[in-house]
Amino acid sequence: MKTKLKYFLPVAVVCIALFALKSDINVTPDADNAGLKLPAGFGALKVAETGARARHLIVTAQGDIYVKLARPNKDGKAILVLHENADGKALLIGGFANYGGTGIYIKDGYLYASSNTEVFRYKLDAQNKVIDQDHPEKIITGLKMGREHETKSIVLDNAGNIYVNVGAYSNSCQEHDRQLGSMGIKGCPILDSAGGIWQFKANKPNQTYGEGVRYATGLRNVVGLDWNQQDNQLFVMQHGRDQLHDIFPDMFTVKQSAELPAECMYALKKGDNAGWPYMYYDQIQHKKIMAPEYGGDGKKEAAGNFIDPAAAYPGHLAPNGLLFYTGNMFPEKYKNGAFIAFHGSWNRAPEPQAGYFVVFQPFKNGKPYGDWEVFADNFAGSPQKAESGRADHRPCGLAQGPDGSLYVSDDSKGTIYRIIYKK
Amino acid sequence: MKKLLAAVILLPASLCVFAQTKPKTAAIKPGIPASIARGKVVYTKNCLSCHFVDGGGVPNMNPPLVKTSYVLGDKTKLIKVVLNGFAQNVEIDGETYSNNMAPHNFLSDQEIADVLTYVRNSFGNKASAVKAAEVKVVRAANKK
Ligand code: HEC
Repeated sequence: MKTKLKYFLPVAVVCIALFALKSDINVTPDADNAGLKLPAGFGALKVAETGARARHLIVTAQGDIYVKLARPNKDGKAILVLHENADGKALLIGGFANYGGTGIYIKDGYLYASSNTEVFRYKLDAQNKVIDQDHPEKIITGLKMGREHETKSIVLDNAGNIYVNVGAYSNSCQEHDRQLGSMGIKGCPILDSAGGIWQFKANKPNQTYGEGVRYATGLRNVVGLDWNQQDNQLFVMQHGRDQLHDIFPDMFTVKQSAELPAECMYALKKGDNAGWPYMYYDQIQHKKIMAPEYGGDGKKEAAGNFIDPAAAYPGHLAPNGLLFYTGNMFPEKYKNGAFIAFHGSWNRAPEPQAGYFVVFQPFKNGKPYGDWEVFADNFAGSPQKAESGRADHRPCGLAQGPDGSLYVSDDSKGTIYRIIYKK
Repeated sequence: MKKLLAAVILLPASLCVFAQTKPKTAAIKPGIPASIARGKVVYTKNCLSCHFVDGGGVPNMNPPLVKTSYVLGDKTKLIKVVLNGFAQNVEIDGETYSNNMAPHNFLSDQEIADVLTYVRNSFGNKASAVKAAEVKVVRAANKK
């Protein structure tokens, strides 16, 4: 193994040097499309096997891939740096950051990355390489983290602001989390510092809640989020509440509990309230329904000034990545539409689990338009593995490459996928 | 002092209750296979949604119940997991989990004994049965 590497490394270095500046004309899909099922004309390859919990990722114009890991790997690094060869396969060329987390984003010459309580930024050089890996600026500190929904996802707008999800450390703000029949706490106290999106300045060090703005509230947990450039607006994907049947078995059947509530896409404006924990969205009745913890019965509609979702998807699929496609590689219908990485459910048992795929949601004039469709399927490895919840791979982060390829990370085995369109 | 007095009064009282319900408890079939069968029903209703039908749990969220140090280890500790729930920032056999298990103290001593006997004899586990009397002792000590 060692000797193999000895020969392999110099060859690899030469390859990188030769092809670093070339465009990706030699990228071909793997023979089995990396195990994925895709629409006609698309192909996929495994860019790298990181063997780590690869959460969100970002690809630079120079073909470097920065991958945020949930936890530092065995070398103590929680941001991996990969570089792609001309054939699309990438090598691990470095790593830094000692904090696990989910969020990573590049904007205006800086790489931003989050732990589960803080956000850092690193200055980039003209080649989009991090200049000082060991001394990031701490932008935000002291964010709330409980025992649930602790990850912080990040995105920036075009006006110097950064948006951070602070997930609610609770399922439905019950007096006793997830306990049979336990009712909701009046005026849910979690919402003062979690269960929403906070806005901070992108360039100001050491900001705490006091310097931030609670931009939108009533969002249980958001992992996938993106800035829509057409609308100049923040879009987020909420993870809906769990366990309707477990907690209120007399009101909800096992089957209803597996399907409800919807996983919602929200288009947010400053001051919006999406209604958690007081309500959930029922995608079958197309209604905002009062949560049983707050007096609901599965039918009563929510009372309150809560926004409607922009789009709704089946329950518990766990949307972990959202990306508006602005590239030119894919056919016209994909332009400005949304890709959503559904990590896959757990809270459907004993009903079959679902998800473990990347969905495409068509958009027109900056709004969801028409039905969503499964775009990339079979991350699980087989329908049986998806149904049992024992998936081989679980899609998490999404990124767009400079040529318009779509990258998908997997936080189970750490595979990095690249999906291309072959004309 | 008050406590002691209460115990002196309550103890015979509870023995009376025990004696009265004896015909009922005798209806519960003895033996490990019967306990496992009943435990499976309790598991399906109360535990399966998080720990899954195969006891494998959910990565990073709900721990597996397959040969873990809790499942195969000290019974008192195991009974307390069910009675009190589990929401601690501790490692379970080298992994951490971000979810909260609620207390299941609404289950009877017999139900807790059955479900733990089922868990300790399923998913590849092999361990001694948990008895209702053992749960009763832990529950009583737990209340103090
Ligand atoms: C809401 C989901 C949920 C339900 C329902 C649930 N558990 Fe758990 N259980 C958990 C979580 C999460 C942990 C670990 C919590 C932690 O790390 O602090 C856990 C821990 C445990 C442990 C100790 C760790 C291990 O893996 O050995 C045992 C044993 C256990 N549960 C058994 C049960 C039994 C038996 C039931 C049903 C009576 C049950 N659980 C119901 C989520 C759940």
